[in-house]
Amino acid sequence: MSDIDSTTKPTIGKGYRLQWEPAQNAHVLLYPEGMIRLNVSAGEILKRCDGERTLGDIVSDLERTFETSDIKDDITAFIAMAVTNKWVELRA
Amino acid sequence: MNAQLQAAGSAPAVAAKPAGPPLWLLLELTYRCPLHCVFCYNPTDFARTTEELATEDWIRVLREARAMGSVQLGLSGGEPLTRDDLEEIVAEAHRLGFYTNLVTSGVGLNEKRIRALKDAGLDHIQLSFQDSTREMNDFLSSTRTFELKSKVAALIKQHGYPMVLNVVLHRMNIDHVGQILDMAERMNADYVELANTQYYGWAWHNREQLLPSRAQAENAERVTAEFRKRVGERIRVYFVVPDYFEKRPKPCMNGLGSIFLTVTPDGTALPCHAARMLPGMQFPNVREASVEWIWRESPAFNRFRGDDWMKEPCRSCPEKTKDFGGCRCQAYLMTGDPTNADPVCEFSPHHHLVTEAVARAEQPRVVEKVLTFRDARTSRSLLERSSG
Ligand code: SF4
Repeated sequence: MSDIDSTTKPTIGKGYRLQWEPAQNAHVLLYPEGMIRLNVSAGEILKRCDGERTLGDIVSDLERTFETSDIKDDITAFIAMAVTNKWVELRA
Repeated sequence: MNAQLQAAGSAPAVAAKPAGPPLWLLLELTYRCPLHCVFCYNPTDFARTTEELATEDWIRVLREARAMGSVQLGLSGGEPLTRDDLEEIVAEAHRLGFYTNLVTSGVGLNEKRIRALKDAGLDHIQLSFQDSTREMNDFLSSTRTFELKSKVAALIKQHGYPMVLNVVLHRMNIDHVGQILDMAERMNADYVELANTQYYGWAWHNREQLLPSRAQAENAERVTAEFRKRVGERIRVYFVVPDYFEKRPKPCMNGLGSIFLTVTPDGTALPCHAARMLPGMQFPNVREASVEWIWRESPAFNRFRGDDWMKEPCRSCPEKTKDFGGCRCQAYLMTGDPTNADPVCEFSPHHHLVTEAVARAEQPRVVEKVLTFRDARTSRSLLERSSG
């Protein structure tokens, strides 16, 4: 796995699809024969992983949107976990 | 099918009325299949089914289920590729927002159809090994079937799909797990599911021939673990332990009527693909009722919701919110009463039925009962036998 820094561009992994499900009132991550129901923060992070935005962009966007700060480490850790689970792939 | 539906962070509750939607929709589009598997879970009376739902019926089912919140869609059979409206069904499912999974033997999957399916929005293809003897032996000896599967596997990868290989294990092939995994590696599989046979339908009929010994099962698990260590994250291998060797039952379907809805080729709606065998149940049909009514109101789908139907030892057992008393079909097949605890459970007064079957599997084998292949002729003869 490559190192994650603020210029990394995370994108949803191959075979996975992120979508909003009104019936579950949640974002879900769909994959072959399975589904993960995401909590609010996981949904907010993953919906920004579009392969265009860098990790830095995502962090500042979330900090602005939710009027918070110092979340970079948490988000980096979440992305690392998501990469291990193949939910997310990294683009240089 | 290996339904891994995880709801991160939500504890299961035994709800009397369905709190949630039928998240998982399985459409068995046809019973027609070019193969004849001894462990097929299709009902042994499938020859009775002559009339399959029309395209517009399937599309109506998709719309109604999606409106209720269904999101994972399985398209299986039989061999779903025998229906020439498969592309049309996939296209509508995709448009509605389903995640679409095709479960196929690969027979009939060519360049033209895979391209059309991709264009229609198909998300995932699971290539299954369905035939226990002929096909698997062919496969292991690298003959025709292996060539076909490899071609199909390459096609699947070329079109950007993850390569998911599903192999059903039983007494006659479980010792070849190492070879099966090596083949999967040569085919560049991304995922391999080694699913041990579940004993319903045709497999129940052939159980004495299919149940492996404990030593076989343990050996297969060990070989799988070594393979995992060698290939690491490159290939993910799921090994589903045969439940006969367990002390507690699996939370079958998360409880009937909780997340899973199957529609069979003739339109019968079932809370589990094997449930048609359960006695005293009137299963509704999508030709006559809406998916909404079927899921929420029909007596069949409410029959095993909540825990009012449970007997001891389940009724007063704290595990009931986790395993829902196990599998209703297994309870019925082994004890004659679907409201009993699944005999796989060590607390079940019928647990000895499981341990005895396992003990018999330890004996050296004299084949005194021939395997029954799943084909229309045998199905009719079984029907005649059971009705006569
Ligand atoms: S007694 Fe019933 S609820 Fe308890 S563990 Fe066994 S099957 Fe599950």
